[in-house]
Amino acid sequence: MSRIATRFAQLKTENRAAFIPFLMAGDPDYDSSLKLLKELPSAGADLIELGVCFTDPMADGATIQVAGQRALASGQTLSRTLEMVTEFRKGDQDTPIILMGYYNPIYAMGVETFLAEAVKAGVDGLIIVDLPPEEDSELCLPARQKGIDFIRLATPTTDDERLPQVIKNTSGFVYYVSVAGITGGASGAATSVADAVTRLRAASNLPVAVGFGVKTPEKAREVAQTADAVVVGSALIEELAKTLDNNPENRDKVTLAVREKTRLLAQAVHTARD
Amino acid sequence: MADLQQNSYRTGPDTEGRFGIFGGRFVAETLMPLILDLEKEYEAAKSDPAFARELDYYLKHYVGRPSPLYFAERLTDHVRRQAAAGHGAKIYFKRDELNHTGAHKINNCVGQILLARRMGKTRIIAETGAGQHGVATATVCARFGLPCVVYMGATDVERQKPNVFRMKLLGAEIVPVTSGTGTLKDAMNDALRDWVTNVADTFYIIGTAAGPHPYPALVRDFQSVIGTEAKAQMQEAEGRLPDVIMACIGGGSNAIGLFHPFLDDRDVEIIGVEAAGHGVTTDKHAASLTGGKPGVLHGNRTYLLQDAHGQIADAHSISAGLDYPGIGPEHSWLHETGRVKYVSATDDEALKAFQLCCAQEGIIPALEPSHALARAIDKALEMREDQILLLNMCGRGDKDIFTVADALGADV
Repeated sequence: MSRIATRFAQLKTENRAAFIPFLMAGDPDYDSSLKLLKELPSAGADLIELGVCFTDPMADGATIQVAGQRALASGQTLSRTLEMVTEFRKGDQDTPIILMGYYNPIYAMGVETFLAEAVKAGVDGLIIVDLPPEEDSELCLPARQKGIDFIRLATPTTDDERLPQVIKNTSGFVYYVSVAGITGGASGAATSVADAVTRLRAASNLPVAVGFGVKTPEKAREVAQTADAVVVGSALIEELAKTLDNNPENRDKVTLAVREKTRLLAQAVHTARD
Repeated sequence: MADLQQNSYRTGPDTEGRFGIFGGRFVAETLMPLILDLEKEYEAAKSDPAFARELDYYLKHYVGRPSPLYFAERLTDHVRRQAAAGHGAKIYFKRDELNHTGAHKINNCVGQILLARRMGKTRIIAETGAGQHGVATATVCARFGLPCVVYMGATDVERQKPNVFRMKLLGAEIVPVTSGTGTLKDAMNDALRDWVTNVADTFYIIGTAAGPHPYPALVRDFQSVIGTEAKAQMQEAEGRLPDVIMACIGGGSNAIGLFHPFLDDRDVEIIGVEAAGHGVTTDKHAASLTGGKPGVLHGNRTYLLQDAHGQIADAHSISAGLDYPGIGPEHSWLHETGRVKYVSATDDEALKAFQLCCAQEGIIPALEPSHALARAIDKALEMREDQILLLNMCGRGDKDIFTVADALGADV
């Protein structure tokens, strides 16, 4: 069983939702980012989404765009991101890592080379925003052949007619984007999220994670009552950016602040069904 | 594929929106239902005589089509004076700079806004670099009474003030884009971000023959009026087709509009001219085919300016309309099949051609077609005098006089 499946199975026996923090690899620099990555599991992360920076992140709001720019400015590349995963795996064999980003950096490396390196580094899943089911032959199918899960986004515009196509080659879990919009945008209404989760679970038999617009422990707790996992990205990066602005020279303060925020959000998710 | 290339270059894209390996639908899931819907509506509109009649009506009475085919006699004489005996081709201009709003951009905007109306969309968004596509979009929005939001890089807003004011007069809202590097590609990113946020009521009028399928095909079809007219006009003027046709290429919409109707006329040599900026060996140019490699951006696979890690580079050209790090996917395919030859011209070469055209023909060209003109003059020099070269004069240069004055060190 894959690391992702194992983790969700274990959470199910505990009747807990998973907390999935999103971090931009290399933000604000390689060392701080790696340190933070290593600390996330003890702060309550059940799975981790690691952002792969790209110059043109067209599905992301300002917060994650700027995080990507900080990472690029610090010299982050896809190879360096895979290196981070390798380093992380030296101390953690259980927490699934999902790379999230855009196709071009992977295409530039070469799909075959990338997949071989990703398997070696210990990457468990991929979320590639600009690869819809229509382009499955590009990366989705080759990744699944190598045992890497390809996690698809379902959105409020994914209607019943389209849903089977979106689900078809998805594995690991389904990621429900709770708003039609960019990352860091407004939250979707709780009822519509619950309905969507029920609909997706019925259609796929896969765990359903909800993200885009989950910013506070209260909202995370609310989503965790129905969803199998809650993803928080922009709120953590806002914390990072704010602390960085106030302490440009003290990166320990930055990682500490993000870790603390992660802990609060994870706690809200983990106690949501108590 | 081999058969397709032997029989016709005009059958693309395939059902997946591909021209060979180029094109496709590389967009976020939120947008997929929208572009599938657009494709369906466009297919229906294409076979609807009422849509064709409506489009023809506005192209004739609002845009001012057909644009003239013009024999550039003094420029031809100028070239012949420098050419070897018996050389110096006859140079014709297809005068799309005489269109309403001063460029070919309006052809596509009229087509797309009619589609938007047909689909019941009530809000229009667009991206713009120099502001020509923004002005054309704002124009059709005013004509049809639809609200219009134009995304424009913050630096372009600053250096293209006349066009910004023009768009405002036409009732458009201009959003200066500061994300990324604040250029045309970032304006396109922000337009896409707007679209995923306002999926229900918004229609995105893309200005060039790029983006996710069906945009490259749709923009090409709306611009093909250029080549279709030129073919008929050339038959009337000369009783035959031209030997060479040329156009400038940023995203490539004016070029594909001229080229596409000629693709299967194998005796017609086709040449596209990219912007070489300070030179294609420097890092300041916009020649995606000459200096880039295939990648995926803005919904399609195509040649892109990028670094070894797949990060997109900034383009540079004196002409804001060519200042884009990608190119329409059909051009990438035509480049790889060899049907169209792609060359480039530098900022300086374009400036010289610009001045020559003003002096010889009394036509102030936009800086974009000035790039094509620079290479066209070289080409005409080598051609025999009984041969014909046709150039797409896709825009007028009124918008560029400040840029040109600046480059020439003149005060306006």
